[in-house]
Order: sequence, then structure tokens, then C-alpha cells
Amino acid sequence: MMVPACHPIATTHFQTANRGISTMFMKLTSGPAGSTRQSTMEGTGFADSRQQEAGAVAQRQTVGESFVADPRMTARDVAVYYGDKCAIRSISIDVGCNEVLAMIGPSGCGKSTFLRCLNRMNDTVPGCRVTGEIRLDGEDIYAPSVDVVPLRARVGMVFQKPNPFPKSIFDNVAYGPKIHGLTRTKAELEEIVETSLSKAGLWEEVKDRLQEPGTGLSGGQQQRLCIARAIAVSPEVILMDEPCSALDPIATARIEDLIAELRLQYSIVIVTHAMQQASRVSQRTAYFHLGDLIEVGPTERVFTNPRHRLTEDYITGRFG
Amino acid sequence: MNNNAQPPVCCDTPGRSLSERIGRDLPRRYRAEKRFRRLGLTAIVVALSFLVFLFGSIIGSGYSAFRQTYVELAVTFDESAFTSENLAAADFPGLVKQSLRTMFPEVEGRAALKNLYRIVSPSAAYTLQDMVAENPKLIGTTQRIWVLADDDVDMLIKGQISGAGEEANRRLKDDQLAWITTLRDQGRIETRFNTTFFTAGDSREPEQAGIRGAVMGSFYSLLITLLLSFPIGVMAAIYLEEFAPDNILTNVIEVNINNLAAVPSIIFGLLGLAIFINFFGMPRSTPVVGGLVLTLMTLPVIIIASRAALKSVPPSIREAALGIGASKMQTVIHHVLPLALPGMLTGTIIGMARALGDTAPLLMIGMIAFIVDIPSGFTDPATALPVQIFLWADSPERAFTEKTSAAIMILLAFLIAMNATAVFLRKKFEIKW
Ligand SMILES: Nc1ncnc2c1ncn2[C@@H]1O[C@H](COP(=O)(O)OP(=O)(O)O)[C@@H](O)[C@H]1O
Ligand SMILES: [Mg+2]
Repeated sequence: MMVPACHPIATTHFQTANRGISTMFMKLTSGPAGSTRQSTMEGTGFADSRQQEAGAVAQRQTVGESFVADPRMTARDVAVYYGDKCAIRSISIDVGCNEVLAMIGPSGCGKSTFLRCLNRMNDTVPGCRVTGEIRLDGEDIYAPSVDVVPLRARVGMVFQKPNPFPKSIFDNVAYGPKIHGLTRTKAELEEIVETSLSKAGLWEEVKDRLQEPGTGLSGGQQQRLCIARAIAVSPEVILMDEPCSALDPIATARIEDLIAELRLQYSIVIVTHAMQQASRVSQRTAYFHLGDLIEVGPTERVFTNPRHRLTEDYITGRFG
Repeated sequence: MNNNAQPPVCCDTPGRSLSERIGRDLPRRYRAEKRFRRLGLTAIVVALSFLVFLFGSIIGSGYSAFRQTYVELAVTFDESAFTSENLAAADFPGLVKQSLRTMFPEVEGRAALKNLYRIVSPSAAYTLQDMVAENPKLIGTTQRIWVLADDDVDMLIKGQISGAGEEANRRLKDDQLAWITTLRDQGRIETRFNTTFFTAGDSREPEQAGIRGAVMGSFYSLLITLLLSFPIGVMAAIYLEEFAPDNILTNVIEVNINNLAAVPSIIFGLLGLAIFINFFGMPRSTPVVGGLVLTLMTLPVIIIASRAALKSVPPSIREAALGIGASKMQTVIHHVLPLALPGMLTGTIIGMARALGDTAPLLMIGMIAFIVDIPSGFTDPATALPVQIFLWADSPERAFTEKTSAAIMILLAFLIAMNATAVFLRKKFEIKW
């Protein structure tokens, strides 16, 4: 979901649109009795699953292995509020080095919200408040002394809808290194652009038309351009919010291959609503449900042998 | 209506009955569409015909102002007239009268002579003076010189007044008509392109009146308006839209800006009078004050247009820039502003066009004074184009009628040029997605 950065009007609209879901939240958390009825909205129509869920909702503790031995980023007790409304609650999870962490869950469960905490993109949303602690290489990124500008260079982001700048392909990739002053000469800059585009698997396709507008590329190419733009500033972590949801299967396959390659150098957190995609690209999977982190574990295990009732419901297709 | 009544039929033969039901309605829907189109077309035709009528009448009555009647005189620069060292002190009007008397030696009597002298414009003396100042060798020679005809003669030649009717009711008397006919037969009257109109300032004599002073006055005023209102308006819009916190104060400001855009312009004139002239003691009737007043008037328009332009920039672009670590300011300057610029420029030019055509606020600050000199700076007294139109429309001389229309044509030309620039800039800076 695209979140308008600083649009008072768009945000208000957002909030009204989501009021329904938020009241649902409250009821869910206030007590199991009220929640069973509400949860039908999520798409389960079966009487028995409702009852089972009533038990499950009572225990929303994260199950599985949230933490890794050598984490790149750590999140502890993270909660996000949009105004008074709590979007995610008490999330604790690690992002390992050189791993792809997939986040799955029904839409509106807070995956994007959590992802956007990791590079403080939520700062741009008026009325959004983040509590808890998130560390990147041991350093608290919400500490008052931390500047978001270098942070966002270290934690890059790729969005759901490809959003290249309406500038040339070259300028799209060169923009990050330029504003961060990463290069001193033009040759260096050109080299960064070439390596970034090569890593994003786009170099061969665009090397003869670097001066053409990035918006003239196909959807899949645009998304790879956005990935190249993100890696041009040599981030440590790349956040991807449903990067393939606007792409056709072939373009999706290319991005997935690319993610597998990028893992060797970066940590990647990817939000996806396609479970197959999560199982294909990720090493660990986290399942979110209505603002809670329900289960984390090695992807294999989560998909073959989920420990939580809600996870099982979701991956067996009983949930949206 | 029918679908509730006959659901079973629909279920039995869904394909046929559905298309039947739609088919029954179809002619009515098409008729509605046709009706709507015709109404739209009529509206456009009516609007266009108003426009054609307006332009037609203005051009019809104004085009003749671009030609002016000249009379050829044979002037003898008698040495006896240039006794003084100072050439400008010579009696040039006397020379003009002299040459007219030589041309029509039969005219006698004070009244008749006065009529004779009134065939040429009083400016003829200045024409001679300029010639002598430029070339003193003319003294002692006789020259054939084309000088401006009087405005009544001009009107007669252009056929805007006639020599018929009772003499007492006419501006031109019988003897004058006879002289004009004689001059015409001798080929000593002709109409030429009216350069005076473009090079002179205002004048009490229609044949000497030009639009230049008003154009320059408008130019200086609008320059001030542009230089102040574009940067201030764009900055204010960027701050309000991108940086300002969303609180009561900014809401109040927003509401007030929207209100200001709807305030009648004469109020801004009063405000300017009170603040700039009475409080700050700036000089009256000057482009600097006019420009400031027009700035007050144009600012809300520019701010509103610029904010709308900023709002229309897709949020995904801001996210993209912020996402790779651009600061707020870099995001705005590098990405948002270029995309919003066409809209901002359009808004600015539309605001400027409004400022160019607005008269009321300028009346309040004294830019309605009769000013002959062409302003050469921001603090010289000046009028503006719309005010000049108002002044000429108010003048009794017949010849000012065509000048009024001509001035309107000039104003419209500037407006069209400005709007065309707006379209051009929008096309040029528009970035395709
Ligand atoms: N900018 C916002 N303002 C208010 N509420 C928001 C905003 N963004 C997301 N939300 C709410 O937060 C919850 C989680 O949203 P999100 O993180 O986008 O879900 P997901 O990405 O899992 O589909 C939803 O209930 C959504 O309505
Ligand atoms: Mg999302």
C-alpha cells in the first residue's frame, strides 16, 4: 500500500477509510468473545474455524525463532500508532546478515507499517508514532542523535509501485550517490551507475540508452531500475514492499532471481502477499496477523509445519 | 423499473430478455446523449458569438487608429525668425501659420485665419523645432514638410465624421472643408502608419496621444509584481504545502488565503493607499506602488495555484527520494518542484494577466493622473494600460474613440501573448510519466 508522505488530505481520507478496521482491532484485543464475530471479515466463513480462532487470539505471543545469532537489525517491542490507533503491537524480530526475511500476512495486518519503521519512513506520515527499539548494527535508529538521511542510505527501500524519477535512467541511479557525495569524479559515478545496473540485471538492456527517461521502461525494468537506484548508495539492508505485485510473472521471476543474488551482499526484508514467492526467495518467514507478529521461522518449516493456528489457516488458504 | 417486475423471465431466457430490456431503453439513452451534445454545442456557439461580436466591434472601431492623417506644408525657415542664439526660442508656430497663409493667400480676417490654422495639429511647431535643432542648416531654406493634421481633419479623412449637416453643429466649418478638399486635390493630405501612437505618451490632442506611457507604466508595475509575487508566492506555497505543521494556525492561514483571492481588487487599492502611500509615504501615481498593490492582489492567486500544483505531484516521487536518503529540502527542490513548476508558472501568468487588466486598485493610488511623459523608472508618475483605456473612453474628443479601441486591442494582445506563454511553458516543462 502506498502511503502518502505528507498529504494532509490523502491521509485523512486514509484514516476514515480504515476506521472500520481499526474498531475491529479494538474489539479483537478487548476480548476473545467479541473478536470471533469480527474475524469473519477476514474471509473465513466457517463456524468451526471461528471457534478455533477464539482460542488462538487469546495467545498472540510470537511463536517460532524470532532471533538470529548474528543480527543486522533488531526490533524489540516495536509498536506503531497512527493517531490513537495501534497498527502493530509489540513486534520483536531480528534481521540476519545476508538473509532474505519474508513478511507475509493478510492485507492490513501491518507488514508495510513495520517495514517502514526499519528506515524511519513512517516519520513522514503525520500522526504516526513508533515505540520500542530498533537497532541497526547495534545502534538505535530512533535515538535522537540519529539522522534519518544517512540512515535511509544504509537502509534502502523499494516500493510496491515502481517509482523511478521522471529523469534519465542514468540520473535515476546516479541521484543517490550524488546527494550523498559518494563520488568525486564523473568516471567514478559512471562506474557506480554501471555496477548498480549490472547488479540489478538491467545493464545489458539499457546500456545504450542511459539518457532516455526511466519512466519509458517497462514495469519490470522500472522496478529493477528502482532496485539499482537503491543499491547505488551501497546500503546494508534493502526493504522491499511487495516489489512484484504490479508486475507480470516473467518480470516477477527476474526480480526473484535478482533477490537471490542480492542476498549475497545485502540483508533483504521483503513484504509479499504471494506465499509462493516467500517460499521461493526467503530464508526466514514472518507471519503477521492484525498487527501482531504471530510466527517466525525458517521458511521451509513455516510453510510445511506451521506452529500457530493462524499461520496454518493462512498458508492453507483459509485466510485472505 | 422493469427488472423488479419480471425477474423470472430474466432467469428463464437470460440472454434474450436482457438484450431486449437493454434494447428497449437504448433509443431513449441515445436521445438523451444527443440532446446533451446539442445543448453543449449551443452553449459554445453562443459563447463564441459573444466573443466574435466583442472582438469584431473593438477591431472594427479601433483599426483606424493605426493610421494617421498628415498634411504637407511648404515651410520657409526665414532667417529673420532665428535672431536669437537659442534656436528653440524661435517662433515655430508662427512659421507654421506663415506657411498656411502662403498656401491660402485669399484667407482674411481673424476668425477665418484661426480656422485655417486649426487644420494642422499644434504639434507641427514641435516637428519644425526638432528638424531645426537637428539640422540648423535648414535656416534660410524652404522645405516641404509633412506634419500631423488636426484630429478633426483626421476624422474627416477617415470618414468618421461627415461634412454634411448644419454648419453650426459641425466641428469642421465650410471654409475648412473647402481647404481640405483643395489640399487633397493637390495631394498634400495623406494617411500614414501611426507611429506616434506607439511612441508617444498621453496628450490632450488625440493626434499626439500615444500608448507608450501606459505600456511602460504597466510594464514597470508588472515587473515589480512578478519579481515580488512569484518568489514570495511559490515560497509560501512550498512552505505551507511541504513543511508547515498541520495545525490550527496553518488552517487559518489557508482559509484566509482562499478568502483573499476572492476579495474585490479595489479593496487592495485602498489597502495600498493606506499602507504604502499614507503610512510609508511612497510617491503617488508611481509604478512602484502600483506594482506593490498588484502584488498583494496576485499573491493569493499564485499561492493557491502553486499549492494545487504541489499537491498534484504524486506522493510516490517524494517517497522515492526520501527512500534513498534525500533530505526533505532536496526532495522538494530536486523532484517535487520541477514537476510542480508548469502549474506554478501557469498560475503566475494567469495572476499576472489579471493584474495587467485590473484598473480599480490603480485608481485608488492615483495612477489615473493625466501624465504626458513616458515613465523611465519605477518612481516616475505613470498610468497603466487599463487606466489609459478608461481615461480615453472618458474623453470628449471624437478621435479618442478609436484610440480607446486601439488601446483595448493592445491590452488584449498582451493578454493573449501572456496566456499563450502560459500554455507554451506548461507544454515545455511538463514531464511525461
Ligand atoms: N498512513 C496511515 N494512516 C493511518 N492508518 C494507516 C496508515 N497506513 C496504514 N495504516 C493502517 O495501519 C494498518 C496496517 O497497514 P499496512 O501496514 O499498510 O498493512 P499491510 O501492508 O500489511 O497491508 C492498517 O489498518 C492500515 O489501515
Ligand atoms: Mg502493504
